[in-house]
Amino acid sequence: MSRSDGKKRVLAVSSGGGHWVQLRRVVPAFDGHAVTYVTVNPSYRADVPDHRLLVVRDATQWDKLDMIVLGLQMLWVVLRVRPDVVMSTGAAPGCLAIILGRLFGARTIWLDSIANVETLSMSGRLVRRFAGLWLTQWSHLAEDEGPAYAGRVF
Amino acid sequence: MIFVTVGAQMPFDRLIGWVDDWAEAERRNDVVAQIGPSQFAPNRLEVVPFMTPPEFRARIDAAHLVIAHAGMGSIIEVLQTGKPLVVVPRYGDRGETRNDHQVVSARRLSEEGLIHMAETPEELARVVAELESQPPDTHIASHAQEGLLDRIRDYAVGA
Repeated sequence: MSRSDGKKRVLAVSSGGGHWVQLRRVVPAFDGHAVTYVTVNPSYRADVPDHRLLVVRDATQWDKLDMIVLGLQMLWVVLRVRPDVVMSTGAAPGCLAIILGRLFGARTIWLDSIANVETLSMSGRLVRRFAGLWLTQWSHLAEDEGPAYAGRVF
Repeated sequence: MIFVTVGAQMPFDRLIGWVDDWAEAERRNDVVAQIGPSQFAPNRLEVVPFMTPPEFRARIDAAHLVIAHAGMGSIIEVLQTGKPLVVVPRYGDRGETRNDHQVVSARRLSEEGLIHMAETPEELARVVAELESQPPDTHIASHAQEGLLDRIRDYAVGA
């Protein structure tokens, strides 16, 4: 489903703070493609002035109402952007984007936050079946049947 | 100027209190703290609850030293500038964050020599004094490691 010019439509999704900072450090992998960011804070536009940025509800506590609103917003985003690739570093918004992206045929990449040294994050474990590329940033957490390790954001 | 930051999600008054006491004892007037959703009333510090990303980066650029909680956003933003960084991890059992992930990640990164870590007010004072007299040269690239970018690129746009 890539565009005729060979450019992929990439959805780069994260919540705020460290997830957002880590996401921006891997987006150079998509240089030359059409990246749309999805995050939770409109002030982050200043970080990516040359990209489209869509804002969705935050759900840091995994509150039921927040998750429903966020799920509907993300469904709308996925239908509107029709991404070829969905990339996320966490947490709840990325988790939903990976699941929905997969259901609509996108290639999906989960990079678990570098903050998770001892176990994968809860959202990281949740997306296991939906992430085509499932990555940890700690080599000791990589397993043959589990997440892969290919390096870190720094 | 010393810049202190605890992120936007939760207060971290234990750290802000340590720094305020230290600034009082040292009679320092050059400490600015971003304290998050907190009611902390400082004696000596200039406090700001939140900052936009450009304001945040301007404060880091203006600082000669940064003291931060062990949130990865704060750590990475500071390391990108090459400014000396002291990290104090939040504890899960004190309700400062959900669990002890900040302690574990801060320890790993300090073992690798990327950051300096303090877990008591005395340690904090000692590390700050050390770094102010002899700033280290730690500085990270502007993007992720090449191997990680390659793996993501190959999967995303490969055949």
